[in-house]
Amino acid sequence: MDVVIPWLPSMARGLQTTLWLATVVLVSSSLIGAIGGLAIVNGPRPVRWFLRGYVDIVRGIPILVLLFTVYFGSSAFGSGLDQGQAAIVALSIFAGAHMTEIVRGGIGSLPRATVEAAEVIGLTSVQRLRLVVAPLVLPRILPPWVNTAVEIVKATSLASLIGVIDLLYATNSAIGTAKHPIAFYLTAAAIYFVIGAGLSRAGALAERHYRYHEY
Amino acid sequence: MIEIEQLHKSFGAAEVLRGIDMSVDRDRVVAILGPSGSGKSTLLRCVAALEEYQSGQVLIDGELIGYRTGDGDSTRRRLGDRDLARQRGNIGMVFQSYNLFPHLTALQNVMLGLVHVRRLPKPEAREVALQWLERVGLRGREDAHPFQLSGGQQQRVAIARAAATQPKVLLLDEVTSALDPELVGEVLTVIKDLAESGVTMIIVTHEVLFARDVAHEVVFMDEGRVVERGNPRDVLTAPQTERMRAFLRRYASNPAAS
Amino acid sequence: MGYTFNWTIVFTYLPQFAQGLLLGLGITFLSLAIGSLIGLGGAAISQAAGPGRPVVRGYVEVMRNVPILLWAYFAYYGLPQLGIGFLDNNWSFILALSLYAGAYLTEVFRAGLAAIPRRYGEAAMSIGLRRHQRIGLVTLPLMFRIVLPSLSNTFIGLFKDTSVAAALAVPEVTFVAQKVNQDTFRVIEAWSIAALIYLVVGYVLAIGLRRVERRLQVVR
Repeated sequence: MDVVIPWLPSMARGLQTTLWLATVVLVSSSLIGAIGGLAIVNGPRPVRWFLRGYVDIVRGIPILVLLFTVYFGSSAFGSGLDQGQAAIVALSIFAGAHMTEIVRGGIGSLPRATVEAAEVIGLTSVQRLRLVVAPLVLPRILPPWVNTAVEIVKATSLASLIGVIDLLYATNSAIGTAKHPIAFYLTAAAIYFVIGAGLSRAGALAERHYRYHEY
Repeated sequence: MIEIEQLHKSFGAAEVLRGIDMSVDRDRVVAILGPSGSGKSTLLRCVAALEEYQSGQVLIDGELIGYRTGDGDSTRRRLGDRDLARQRGNIGMVFQSYNLFPHLTALQNVMLGLVHVRRLPKPEAREVALQWLERVGLRGREDAHPFQLSGGQQQRVAIARAAATQPKVLLLDEVTSALDPELVGEVLTVIKDLAESGVTMIIVTHEVLFARDVAHEVVFMDEGRVVERGNPRDVLTAPQTERMRAFLRRYASNPAAS
Repeated sequence: MGYTFNWTIVFTYLPQFAQGLLLGLGITFLSLAIGSLIGLGGAAISQAAGPGRPVVRGYVEVMRNVPILLWAYFAYYGLPQLGIGFLDNNWSFILALSLYAGAYLTEVFRAGLAAIPRRYGEAAMSIGLRRHQRIGLVTLPLMFRIVLPSLSNTFIGLFKDTSVAAALAVPEVTFVAQKVNQDTFRVIEAWSIAALIYLVVGYVLAIGLRRVERRLQVVR
């Protein structure tokens, strides 16, 4: 196991990239999901159709295919995106589709009666969203959101295949010199596990805090 | 044929059966009545070897049900799966919620015990099963799945399933309690038919009038004990105990209450 | 800068795409089969009280939090270090994907078993069926019907995960698309075809599986 130690700094830098990539994608995909989810429920029909198509197509193809398409495809039109940018764009598109579905499902699970009650009081749609819909839907979608966050972290590992120097890339690169693959892969696996399990744990704690969402 | 001696059963700290003594002779029908929580269903389930009991005995034809005695009379061990299955195979039970296997047709439900427990060859099992379905009035519906049948029809299939393997005793646990009122009659008809053909039965029921009609003996239970017993007419028209009278006031005048 | 489309040259690669698709489906089936065995075992152990339960729990948690790509590398580059060097890239990936699938399927089957109402098991006991009969004639058929939707989703998910095998140079669809891209530089055509294959196959599988679900009348 000591063979790993000299490489920990470089793996740590890779981990940094992984976490940064995951965070950016999580934020952007959550935004896409929030807007897309609302639009797919309340929007005009062409918007709904477009979003439905977006979600179904993106979720029907593997992440890796999407990643390669964005990366290699962008270079076909102009100077193209660099590895990091391509990874962010591709993963955001992918996760955004998942988030849209999650938000759509969350909004859909809200009983019509609750929304009508808010309408009847005289709240505008923005007020309804802020005061009634969001507080009820957000805790509801916390579990699938956390699951998607974990999937995003795992998906960042695919970016190593287009040359992004993330944790997995750094791990492979270390193995290239130091050999002894098992020790390195186990270390990397342990790191991914801690991140994923930690996220899930945090999510479970947060969920317990918001018990009132049991409607 | 069935002897229940000083049966005690607890669920954790709650004692549900507090020393039940009962005996059922061959070809006789015993009806057990009583309020909810009196332990009637638990008693039945102990006889069916579906529940363990802490002390006392259940004997069918002299065989201890559910347990094997050790060298001394005090040591007693639960039977293994094979022996339990053998005992249960000779005891037929019909449940309040029918419990028909949803993935099998009515015919397949009835055939299951015939093929896998009685080890009949398939064609013969099929014949027997069809005859039983006819007897309970479901000829023509043998290929229906449970979800396609009404509650009364499902319960009649359940009765056929329990009776087809010719068990020594048929146990019926509030088999009409979950049915819509208009479906109760068809099930009671089937049970009466079986009783008249000489099947040994223990029936737990709320249908007081039916009990009077069909049973050779009525047992009234309350809070884990047998409070009164005797032949139907005596018990139901001239009850000895106040608790029995109270029960009859509640149930006999309002048959829909349960 | 303009982009000149050239579908004809890409179409010459269709046979390779087809072979890649077959390979991908084969990997998916195998991984699903092996994963199901693992999953059934895992679910059975989880059900019974005993020392095995935390082990299974640990297995599931570890497999689900770590990227499949890492497991694929582990199988292909790591195992030889232990002396297990006879697995080629295909089989290394199948091993990794099977274990990955096994973790997800353990949860699927566990939930399925838990969803079977107790009264059916009791009815089976009351007829006099022995344990192995109850399991084979009642529990497993009911569990299978209950988990069919989740099983279908897992199946389609596994098929998409086979794209990661390209990292081990397994010649399935994604790898072929990479190759076409490198050879011909027809980015859009190559990747459109790849995407289309996954979409269509996924759609066909979904429709087919839904029909099976309806046939088996997933009723309770």
